[in-house]
Amino acid sequence: MLNLLQEMGKRGLGVFERLGRGCILFYNIIMGLHTLIPRFGLVVYQVYSVGVLSLIIIVVSGLFVGMVLGLQGYNTLVDFGAEESLGIVVALALVRELGPVVTALLFAGRAGSALTAEIGLMKATEQLSAMEMMAIDPIRRVMAPRFLAGFIAMPLLAAIFSAVGVIGGYFVAVGLVGVDEGAFWSQMQDAVDLYDDIYNGVIKSVVFGVVVTWIAIFEGSDAIPTSEGVSRATTRTVVHSALAVLGLDFVLTALMFGEI
Amino acid sequence: MTDDILVKTRDLCFKRGERVIFDGVDIDIRRGSVTGIMGPSGTGKTTLLRLIGGQLFPDQGTVHVDGENVHELNHGQLYQLRQRMGMLFQNGALLTDLNVYDNVAFPLREHTNLSESLIHKLVLMKLEAVGLRGARDLMPTELSGGMARRVALARAIALDPMMIMYDEPFTGQDPISMGVLVRLIRLLNDALGLTSIIVSHDIQETLSIADEIYLLSGGKVVARGSTDELNASKSEWAQQFLKGQPDGPVPFHYSAVDYADDLLNGHPGRAQSRV
Repeated sequence: MLNLLQEMGKRGLGVFERLGRGCILFYNIIMGLHTLIPRFGLVVYQVYSVGVLSLIIIVVSGLFVGMVLGLQGYNTLVDFGAEESLGIVVALALVRELGPVVTALLFAGRAGSALTAEIGLMKATEQLSAMEMMAIDPIRRVMAPRFLAGFIAMPLLAAIFSAVGVIGGYFVAVGLVGVDEGAFWSQMQDAVDLYDDIYNGVIKSVVFGVVVTWIAIFEGSDAIPTSEGVSRATTRTVVHSALAVLGLDFVLTALMFGEI
Repeated sequence: MTDDILVKTRDLCFKRGERVIFDGVDIDIRRGSVTGIMGPSGTGKTTLLRLIGGQLFPDQGTVHVDGENVHELNHGQLYQLRQRMGMLFQNGALLTDLNVYDNVAFPLREHTNLSESLIHKLVLMKLEAVGLRGARDLMPTELSGGMARRVALARAIALDPMMIMYDEPFTGQDPISMGVLVRLIRLLNDALGLTSIIVSHDIQETLSIADEIYLLSGGKVVARGSTDELNASKSEWAQQFLKGQPDGPVPFHYSAVDYADDLLNGHPGRAQSRV
């Protein structure tokens, strides 16, 4: 019994210790961001790496999610004769929720895991140590550009996801089940608000981008420098990112839409 | 007044968990010399280099490099000092997404505002010094272990440091690569006026180029001196190490409970396969 308590206490302390290290890393990254101003090329390359290379999975997923939303929404709305509101359903679901959340989950799986594996392997092969000994701070040279790239890429990816999803919904609604094209677009235009819906969606995607990239970079830099350690860190990135995104989504939704 | 001693450790103590790595180590490394730090695996030789480089903090004691207490410097001052230190890691630690040329140019591009044409000339000079000018376009994965270390050496001298620390430079090298590295270390040290610290357990190679050697064991310096002084040393431990005898003050057996008792009363292990 005492051993069990001891073990639980140890694990609990371990969690807080890691959280503390993560916060220190976050602080150091933020303090190192200004060094990227004269060398923005580093960030551009990372935006390509985490953003552009994630486009295919984002576009394809967005298209299918939009199409499924169109079909499911139609099935429900048709019972009430409200199938012309399908445009609203698709657009609001995507812009408010599915765009930021699903993009963040896909981003964690595609770009987050790659970031963790890359930084973890750089640690395991002593590349980070070598940089430190060359008087080059790996936090500023390696981690800060990747962090900023995630911050920039995530909202753009979420916007693309939502836009492609709306097109997917349009294909199904207008092309497949025969909703009136004019009603589809005009109702959507009427109901989607720039501040309440679009901006709040953008805020969510920015928050998710920061959190997922932070977790990915921290797990990489905190990985045990062995093959097993890096593989565990990569898994942790995906799991922790997914949990953080879903948990934060609830909190943000409650703050943004709780009063409506 | 410039001190003749470039690196000075005093009463250096360092623990990993409960395990004592260093227990009051005093080392003086003279400017312009090649100093060998030797000892069996696990005596913390690499840890010593990391303490000198400020990557680890001692539990007690001080490390002075060029008159500065490494562990009292702030981040900026430490990085200033490190620009004057080079370190050669055991596996080279080259940046795997850059080719040989860009690896050597990396510290120059990071720390100087030199034009690309000047950097080009400097990189070629450094690569020529290690005999790998022709390999400039290769990626690190295309290099042999010895070549990777030579590229890392070219990178370490890119900023013309005052000292270089070599972490096990001879491990796992074929005789030719080993010979090349031994010659290079001595040659570069004398030609560039460096101070070199070699951490190694390759006895003959280290003895052949080092001006002074420290033997570490059990967290302490057990012997120090030139090659001749060590060969003439009466220390049993030094003799065992230098002659590579399997048993002596360093026992063949890791400490364990009584053998017969273990066989008769010990618990059988459980089969484990995690791979």
